[in-house]
Amino acid sequence: MTSFSYWDILRNLLDAGVWTVALSLIAFFGGGIVGLVVLFLRTSKRPVLRLAMQGYINLFQGTPLLMQLFLAFFGLATLGIEVSPWFAASLALTLYTSAYLGEIWRGCVEAIPKGQWESSASLAMSYFEQMRHVILPQAVRIAIPSTVGFSVQVVKGTALASIIGFVELSKTSTMITNATFAPFTVYGTVAVLYFALCYPLSWYARRLEVRFNVAGSH
Amino acid sequence: MAYKLDFADVWPYSEQLVHGAACTLELTAVATVLGVAVGTAGAAARSSRNTFWRALFGAYVELVRNTPFLVQLFFVFFGLPSLGVKLSEGQAALIAMVVNLGAYSTEIIRAGVEAIPKGQLEAAASLAMNRVQIFLRVVLKPAFEKIWPALVSQIVIVMLGSAVVSQIAVQDLTYAGSYIQSRNFRAFEVYLVITGLYLVMAVFVRQLLLGFGRWYFGRA
Repeated sequence: MTSFSYWDILRNLLDAGVWTVALSLIAFFGGGIVGLVVLFLRTSKRPVLRLAMQGYINLFQGTPLLMQLFLAFFGLATLGIEVSPWFAASLALTLYTSAYLGEIWRGCVEAIPKGQWESSASLAMSYFEQMRHVILPQAVRIAIPSTVGFSVQVVKGTALASIIGFVELSKTSTMITNATFAPFTVYGTVAVLYFALCYPLSWYARRLEVRFNVAGSH
Repeated sequence: MAYKLDFADVWPYSEQLVHGAACTLELTAVATVLGVAVGTAGAAARSSRNTFWRALFGAYVELVRNTPFLVQLFFVFFGLPSLGVKLSEGQAALIAMVVNLGAYSTEIIRAGVEAIPKGQLEAAASLAMNRVQIFLRVVLKPAFEKIWPALVSQIVIVMLGSAVVSQIAVQDLTYAGSYIQSRNFRAFEVYLVITGLYLVMAVFVRQLLLGFGRWYFGRA
């Protein structure tokens, strides 16, 4: 019988952590791209698009992420589309992230004074030109702290992917626990690893926020 | 082959759905009361002059906010028994939810406490109130009024997050969904119905709590 030393546990968990990071990056950047589309539609001049996007955002913010994962994984499979846990987790987390980022960024775009829209419109800029050259460069500055802050939610959200069988940090910890019968050590270590991933992001977000508030106060 | 959605196979299990939804709402209700109590104590500790309590609750908040709820749940349910603390699934789920909501609401309520104008504190102090009296009688209610919408959002997030407790066999709404789909093999329909129910419950809980806020705080 092989026995697990603490080092074996840690080594396996660190290996699994790579997948947590990979999934987080996919969800965050995928969600960022889709979120940008959500933002454009959400702030468009056509009420239908605005309303549709509001529905999209409410749907993803008003239902559990776990259900979104289940629908992507079990649901699509029932429809005859064979999906791997990888694909289902990436899809669900991307859409989930896009809804939140789209809404966060909308707040930032709306914080830009109306005069900026009007003066750029008076320069005969189209909606996209206004966004590209006038609004977004200013909105990005406001958006960075809360966007970094939300990335913590994305990292934590990836833990749910373990439930549909995606082998990352949480899934690996369950598997190791089943082999070692040391749940306290294993889950404690996993918590520390998640903390090591998330805390720097939280800390950085807070620092950015303070710096932004100081910069904006004079 | 085109797949046809068929919800007819879901309705025979409506009893499980109602039972599961009730379980989720019950967990949320109890976790809300206890979690907000923890959060209030936390906010008091975080804004006290005692460095030890400030640091302790600061560490608690950071620890909970930077780890996934699933890991917290597993730690409570699987980890604590090895220290000799035996918990049922329901108790473990409730503890994890209270600990989670407690940390988030500590930060939210603290923001409300810090938004109280200094003049109020000075006026209360000039009436010879001590710090505890000032906190309970002068600070607390206006602080809650300011942050009520944020707190309501957090409570809804905790309710949606509680879908995870099905993983330790608590028979909540998600558990009901897994049970039903294992019997009728209609995963897509079942999870669509469950997702819809969560959406309705989220809207319901939000409106209920916001309505309570309007009634209790007496305006807006």
